[in-house]
Formats: sequence, C-alpha cells, structure tokens
Amino acid sequence: MFELLGIPPQALFGQLLLGLINGAFYAMLSLGLAVIFGMLNVINFTHGAQYMMGAFAAWLLLGYLDVPFWASLVLAPLIVGLIGIVIEKLLLKRIYHLDHLYGFLLTFGMALVIEGLFQLQWGSSGAPYPNPIPGGYNLGFMFLPAYRGFVVIAALVICLATWYGIERTKLGAYLRAATENPTLVRAFGINVPRLITLTYGLGVALAALAGVLAAPIQQVSALMGTNLVLVVFAVVVIGGMGSIMGSIVTGFGLGVIEGLTKVFYPPASNTVIFVVMAIVLLVKPAGLFGQTK
Amino acid sequence: MADTLLKVTGLQAWYGESHILHGVDFEIGRGELVTLLGRNGAGKTTTLKSIMGIVGKRTGSITFEGEETVGQPSDKIARRGIAYCPEERGIFSSLNVDENLGLPPIVKPGGLSVEEIYKLFPNLLERRRSQGTKLSGGEQQMLAIGRILRTGADLLLLDEPTEGLAPVIVQRIGEIIRQLKARGFTILLVEQNFHFAATIADRHYVMEDGRVVDAIAAADVQQSIGKLQTYLGV
Repeated sequence: MFELLGIPPQALFGQLLLGLINGAFYAMLSLGLAVIFGMLNVINFTHGAQYMMGAFAAWLLLGYLDVPFWASLVLAPLIVGLIGIVIEKLLLKRIYHLDHLYGFLLTFGMALVIEGLFQLQWGSSGAPYPNPIPGGYNLGFMFLPAYRGFVVIAALVICLATWYGIERTKLGAYLRAATENPTLVRAFGINVPRLITLTYGLGVALAALAGVLAAPIQQVSALMGTNLVLVVFAVVVIGGMGSIMGSIVTGFGLGVIEGLTKVFYPPASNTVIFVVMAIVLLVKPAGLFGQTK
Repeated sequence: MADTLLKVTGLQAWYGESHILHGVDFEIGRGELVTLLGRNGAGKTTTLKSIMGIVGKRTGSITFEGEETVGQPSDKIARRGIAYCPEERGIFSSLNVDENLGLPPIVKPGGLSVEEIYKLFPNLLERRRSQGTKLSGGEQQMLAIGRILRTGADLLLLDEPTEGLAPVIVQRIGEIIRQLKARGFTILLVEQNFHFAATIADRHYVMEDGRVVDAIAAADVQQSIGKLQTYLGV
C-alpha cells in the first residue's frame, strides 16, 4: 500500500472525511448563527441546545410516531423553528434595544434551562438513532460510509441554498438591507419585526436540521450541542460575525484543518481551531470575511 | 388649493427627552409641490420623520387622504402611499444599484417602471451592477429619489435632495422634481437652498423652533424676500 507524507491513505482520507463531516456541521451551525446575528444583533447562545432539540425531535418522532428519518428532516426543523419563533416573540424582541450582554445572558440562560429539562427527562447517556443509509463504498484508497457522504453533500446543498436565498433573492435583499438600516427599510413599507421573527425561526430551523443530520452519527443526548457550539462560535469569529459566505467556507475549512491535525499532530486536534482563531483575531480582528463597522 | 392630501395639525414630536416639534400645522393639496424652509434645527427633518412615523414619540394629528396616521407603524404609513427619501440618502452598501432600486415594495399602481426610472437617470443604468455606496454623491441622490418612484406612492417626502451636490447636479435634480410634479406626484420638499426651492415650489412653509411660522405662495416670494432672508438668516 502506498503512503502520502508517511501516512497510510486510509488514515489520511478517513480523517479528511471526518474533518469534512465535522466541517459540515460547523458550517450549518455557524451559518444559522451568522444569519441571526446579522439581523437581530443577538449572539444566539441557545444554538447548541436548538441543534440538540432537532436531533431529539427526530428521535421522538421516530420513537413515538414512527416518523421516518426523511420526514423528520422536514418536520423537526419546522417544529424547532416554530419554538424559536415563540421564543423570539415572547423574549428576544424585548432586548433588542439593550446591550449585547443582555442577549448573551438570556440566550445562554435559555440554553442551560433547555438542556437541563432534556437531561431531567431523558438523562445524559444518549440514545442511538438508526442509520437511514446503511452500507458504503470502497473507493480503493478508503471506505466511504454512504450516510456520511450524504451528510457532507446535504450540508453543502443546504449552505449554498441559504447563501443563494440571502444573496440572490428579493427576500434576501430585504434581509441584507434591514441588517444595515432597519428603520429605513420599515419606512419603505416592509414589516421588519416580522422579518426579524422569520429570520430567527430560519436560523433555529437550520440548527435543528443539523441536529437531525447528526442524530444517526452521534448519540442523541441532551448535551450533544454543548461542546460543538463552542467550536462553532470560534468558526463564526474566524469567518467574520454576520458573514454568510465566511461561515460556510470557514466551517468546512476548519473541519478539514482539524481532521488533518488529527493525522499529523493528534495532541493539537482539540485546540487547533482556537489557535487559528487567536491568529486571525491578531491579524484581522473583523474575521476573514467580516467587515469592520 | 386642490383637495387636501396631507393635513398636519398640532404635531408635536420628541427624541428621547428632547421636545423638537411644538405644534406644527400645515397642509398639502394633491399634486402640489410644497417646501418646508427654515434654519438648521428648525424641525424640518423631524416633521418629515414624524409624517413617516420614525420618530420616538409624536402627538397631534396627521391625516393622509383623510385617514389618521399618528399611532401607526412606519411600514403601514408607507403602504398607504407615502414615500420617504432621507437626507442621508440611505443607500444600502450590501445591495447593488438594481437591488437598491427594487427594494421598496410597490404599494399602489401608477408608479414608474424600472425602465422609466433608468430613462430618467441614465447614469444609474450604466452602473446598475455597482454597489450602491460606490456611486458618486449625485448618483446616490438620484438612486435615492429613483428608488421611491417605483412604489406608486402619491406623496413623496424629499429631505434636502440637493445637499452637498455640484450646481450642475442640483440643476438636474430640479428638472427631475419638476417632471415628477408634472406627472402628478405630490411632493413635500425640505430645503436649505432657498434659491433652488423658489424655482420649483408652489408654496413655502417657514419653520422656526419646531413650529410653522409663515406660509408664502410662490407668487408672493418676490415681495416677501426680505422677510424670508430674516427667517433663513441669509
């Protein structure tokens, strides 16, 4: 068997695939955070909990109502997105005029409450979710599990569709304009408060969709979003707060960097993203794709 | 005066604790071009913002086509047929010229088509794919005016459209405003440049300290010139 840079190709490409899968989740979650931050100016610390709620929604739909995975891909984000809309209407809209700190406290507090409630009800050991696409393909240099390949492609499609929706459609133009000057956009006759509510719902639904996609790969557990969301915040900071393309490129890119670090210098694999974040902040404080306001 | 399109009575407005308007009264007939004149800080821009519903607090009465708008959010006011072109132009940097132009939704039939707007402002057509804030000041002003013509609004609120522009551009803006009046738009224009305002308006209201203190018809401008100079401090 040939080797690349002294590493067996199975190990190299295996970690590369793992990096791409992690990157897919980083990209989907940071995209939702970017959309929410851009429009609401709130850093949504509840995002990890909402990702977990997506996975749980799929698991509960399967367990109690026999709803298959493919239907859950639509239903779970819809349910969690609607819960997000209720949260925005009842709580978040009261703090837009206040300092960022209040948004942080509220969303962080909500994350703790939601995760606590799920832990209380279902424990924290985790529950398995059946793989909807068993099997895989032998590519010669590596074995590709079919579902994992699907996750990478699905995440790419979701990210690009979201980017297209925001950058190339009329509704996206409303969103971008309202991010810059909500007062004027409203004076043009556009219902900006409704736009804000829908944006939060969309961002939360994206997190939930990532959660559903993660369910067959990870154990569905109350704390599954906690660690992930820490990395995702680093991704958002590296990409540039509020930047859509920045979130997508950085999400996938950092997943791959993390995967390659596992091959070449495993002890640094848990910290490499934060090292990159520190370097980016020193060189370009607004992030790779961010614009200084 | 033709039938009244907008009537403002006893309008008071505040920014936080600051009381800016102290009882503004005036009205505009359909198809008229009326200016609000006055020194800096007289309350002209705040009056436009109050009509549009984008000041913190306002009391009094503003009726548009006979219906009260005080208490309504700005998106509803816009949908009744009032369009606003702010002093700072409000061009969106994340949108190109085409997107900026297409942003305000059509609220009534009778607005200009995008082709008509580009015919009115050929410079914009050449730069339709450019980022809105990369245009020159004059082009940005044309975009800010052009943007609200698509909506079909009956009443256009223009806040200092000539501010900071070269004389040749000011002249062009003047021609365009005349054309808009000829097309039947009702225009409320806030202007510091009295010489510009005098050439295009039907009537002038003068504001001082948050109140309308005088009304002068275009025909009476010559004999009121001394009084106007005192009001405006020119």
